Amino acid sequence: MSKAYETVIGLEVHVELATKTKIFCACSTEFGGVPNSHTCPVCTGMPGALPVLNKRVVEYAIAVGLAINGNIRKCCQFDRKNYFYPDNPQNYQISQLYLPICTDGSVEIPTDTGKKTIGIREMHMEEDAGKLLHSRSDMASIVDYNRSGVPLLEIVTRPDIRSAKEAVAFLEKLRLMLQYLGVSDCKLNEGSMRVDVNVSVRKEGADRLGTRTEMKNLNSFRAVARAIESESSRHRKLLENGQKIMFETRRWDDKRGISHPMRTKEEARDYRYFPEPDLPPILIEDAWIARIEKERPEMPEEKLERYQREFGLPKYDASILVGEKHFADLFEEATALCGKPKKVSNWIMGELICLLRENEMAADKISFSPENLAKLIDLVDAGQISGTVAKEIFAQIVTKDVDPEKYMDEKCLGMVEDEDLLREVIVSVICVHSQSVEDYKRGKKRAIGFLVGQAMKTMRGKANPKTVHRLLEEALSYEEAPRA
Amino acid sequence: MSLMGLTAIELGRKIKKKEVSAAEAVEEALEAIEKKETAIHSFLTVDKEGARRRAEQVQRRICKGELTSPLAGVPMAVKDNLCTRGIRTTCASRLLSDFVPTYTAEAVCRLEHAGVIVLGKTNMDEFAMGSTTETSAFGATKNPWDTKHVPGGSSGGSCAAVSAEECSLALGSDTGGSIRQPASFCGVTGLKPTYGTVSRYGLITYASSLDQIGPIARNVEDCAAMLDEIASFDKKDATSVKRQACSFREALTEDIKGLRIGIPSNHLSEGLQKEIRQAIFAVSETLKQQGAVVEEFHLDFMDYAVPAYYVIACAEASSNLARFDGVKYGYRTKEYANLEEMYKKTRSEGFGSEAKRRILLGSFVLSSGYYEEYYKKALRTRAWIKQKLDQALERYDAILAPVAPTTAPKLGVFEGNPLKMYQSDIYTVAANLAGLPAISFPCGTDCNGLPIGLQLIGGCFREQELLKAVYAFECTRNYQRSPFAMEGERTEKCHRREYEQSI
Repeated sequence: MSKAYETVIGLEVHVELATKTKIFCACSTEFGGVPNSHTCPVCTGMPGALPVLNKRVVEYAIAVGLAINGNIRKCCQFDRKNYFYPDNPQNYQISQLYLPICTDGSVEIPTDTGKKTIGIREMHMEEDAGKLLHSRSDMASIVDYNRSGVPLLEIVTRPDIRSAKEAVAFLEKLRLMLQYLGVSDCKLNEGSMRVDVNVSVRKEGADRLGTRTEMKNLNSFRAVARAIESESSRHRKLLENGQKIMFETRRWDDKRGISHPMRTKEEARDYRYFPEPDLPPILIEDAWIARIEKERPEMPEEKLERYQREFGLPKYDASILVGEKHFADLFEEATALCGKPKKVSNWIMGELICLLRENEMAADKISFSPENLAKLIDLVDAGQISGTVAKEIFAQIVTKDVDPEKYMDEKCLGMVEDEDLLREVIVSVICVHSQSVEDYKRGKKRAIGFLVGQAMKTMRGKANPKTVHRLLEEALSYEEAPRA
Repeated sequence: MSLMGLTAIELGRKIKKKEVSAAEAVEEALEAIEKKETAIHSFLTVDKEGARRRAEQVQRRICKGELTSPLAGVPMAVKDNLCTRGIRTTCASRLLSDFVPTYTAEAVCRLEHAGVIVLGKTNMDEFAMGSTTETSAFGATKNPWDTKHVPGGSSGGSCAAVSAEECSLALGSDTGGSIRQPASFCGVTGLKPTYGTVSRYGLITYASSLDQIGPIARNVEDCAAMLDEIASFDKKDATSVKRQACSFREALTEDIKGLRIGIPSNHLSEGLQKEIRQAIFAVSETLKQQGAVVEEFHLDFMDYAVPAYYVIACAEASSNLARFDGVKYGYRTKEYANLEEMYKKTRSEGFGSEAKRRILLGSFVLSSGYYEEYYKKALRTRAWIKQKLDQALERYDAILAPVAPTTAPKLGVFEGNPLKMYQSDIYTVAANLAGLPAISFPCGTDCNGLPIGLQLIGGCFREQELLKAVYAFECTRNYQRSPFAMEGERTEKCHRREYEQSI
């Protein structure tokens, strides 16, 4: 029954731009900070203060516009969106309605049935609002304007998305793109990327779109997917029961996995948009666009191809590295230092991902110096530490950014080269594990592996297993000799 | 005669020559204010201590030779919509009755930097919305020529202060005539520069695309000297313009041979006070005698300027004034149950009726369904008016026109009749819509002894021609002081006569 329905999804994505200063004043955009410490007369809406556009915001917008294959408008302008709310100090938001900076873009996403193009209706620049904090104890609300005036891009797709999976694929692609462009860190949990989802359902093959609802408060891609699933099945049920869908905005409750109505669109406010008279139109010359295009950093697809070509990495490995900008950055920097791409890649794909998972760390929390990973690789290659010790040190690098050389010296983790000492250990291993020695002598050559392991364990990894293997073989053949 | 009876340039010269000190000048100004304020009420705030302190500082800098401006040491009044750090800035509104800015408007900063001393803040129509200074929440200012008449508005306090010789300089702002019209009613000179010439940073906005700060003084030379200080590109104001460096004061010459002046004959038709029409012809004759070429022409946007102006100004104002909500600063209502009630009560109690009317009108013309019909149409009309004026200003260096249809009306004349008040802006709003410079200058009095002012409108960035023309005209006549300027110099007899007239 439900097969006869199709879900239609459109996304509105807000992205905070990673400029140092706000869009219309020189205040810092840094996240957090003592409330109202990053403010000035402009971003607190003091009388007589005037906005001045941060040129960098336009440059970032152009870069994104080019990356999404959009048309960059040669003359765009800001408009005022008028509404009263205390987090909005002027009681109008400076945004773009009539002439947004970019229109008609597209983003290609991978799907189960191949590539699909998602249309971008428009993208515009605007300012963020402050944050309201409500105190229950004294029934008061306080407002923090640190975020007021942080630059935002709003990216609006066409209703081209058909499933939660496609929506997430689009968002992942977009996020990666923005991160590689260096225009935003796109952290959903800190609100530097915010997604509103428009969902409607219609009979498959129908021309007209069904009544849509807008979902807000989606704090992760998982929440986006869950909200879409939940909302589209709600629509289906209503339609199957012959009920009407209300054109409304709903709030997603991720804990309970349900949404609640926030406001109906019939009560939609009239924002009385009009051109912002305090800011002249922005003229974007071709030369400016060309310069930004020229300065564009390497994008994920290009990296994916280059990693395979230049470093001989398998496609899968390259895609893991490229799929997380922090991995790619680390990979490139460490490789540049030690010249061993395959080894760097292995450390990232194996140990690093493992450690991040164990410590419940996000990739953006990687803070160690790539130099320390490069050094570690060199130490292993020079035979100064064993693989086991290297893993131990790497854990320290990831959590405390230790210098592997110093750490090795301090903790005496260097390889024991003294063969007499190793022979003593081997003798004791042979004595304790006589059964394995017997097995070996009876021709079960694999038993030597166990003995090497035991010797390495006694050495706490600080020996070259090859040396141990050789010495063990020597010792065992020596033991055999008298009998022969 | 008091030092305040001198022009700013004359006073500045005396200070430079150490004949008088900046402190003495400030004391005389404060004395004049003390004496005249009860009758005139030009000031909302007089910062006596601050002015004295600044005078000392300025004097020290003059002595060290750090200040070269001809205006160094001269006291000045500032319209109360220009932010002044540490000095209450009210916009003559209850909403901002306790507002003390943390920064100073760029125009004021630049004058202070040149050594001009801020005395205090002058009365105005609330948020610069009005043509009489009667919409002030703190009582009307009276015209120094006749206290039963209005000084005009919205920069009524600034113009009255100069006219009453409480000071020789004042800053005003002109959105639709707010410098020129009160200057003409008070018999002083006021200039609205080309849009973008003076930074609007720190000017509490009424209508962003129309507002421009300008000088008010006794004569054109003082205005030019002030303009020399305040005309400057400011990166804090995105609408500010980088102009070619020039000295407006040095450009003043009597020589206006060949200057082409056009008089829009349809500006002289019905509704214009007879004596003002006569004044136009008299001024035209004088200018001709000095070599100007004057001719009449037809300017055909008369019926559209006022409606277009009020749609655009109110639209912008409705948004600009939204920030006055009781949340961050200024007045907040005492009791409220929730946010919406707080907004409603704060704004209902805080704004006066004229501000409310314009906010409502502006919200209406921007609301969906009316935007195209009113706001967009007004923008098109504005572009058309600009085109017409630009065309005229290709043929003429300046347009000579009335400032207002009448001389200063009696207090209360416009009460309950806002449309009549709006209609009186008919001659001034076009210069704002087109962003053009315009100067209002005195040229006589009417049969009631009230001053008549006329304006010259010039092409973009062509203030020099306007200043030159007015300077040439000024050279042919003496400055006429207002009766209140002579307050204290008058005899007992005058007082008795006035008293008898008043009863």
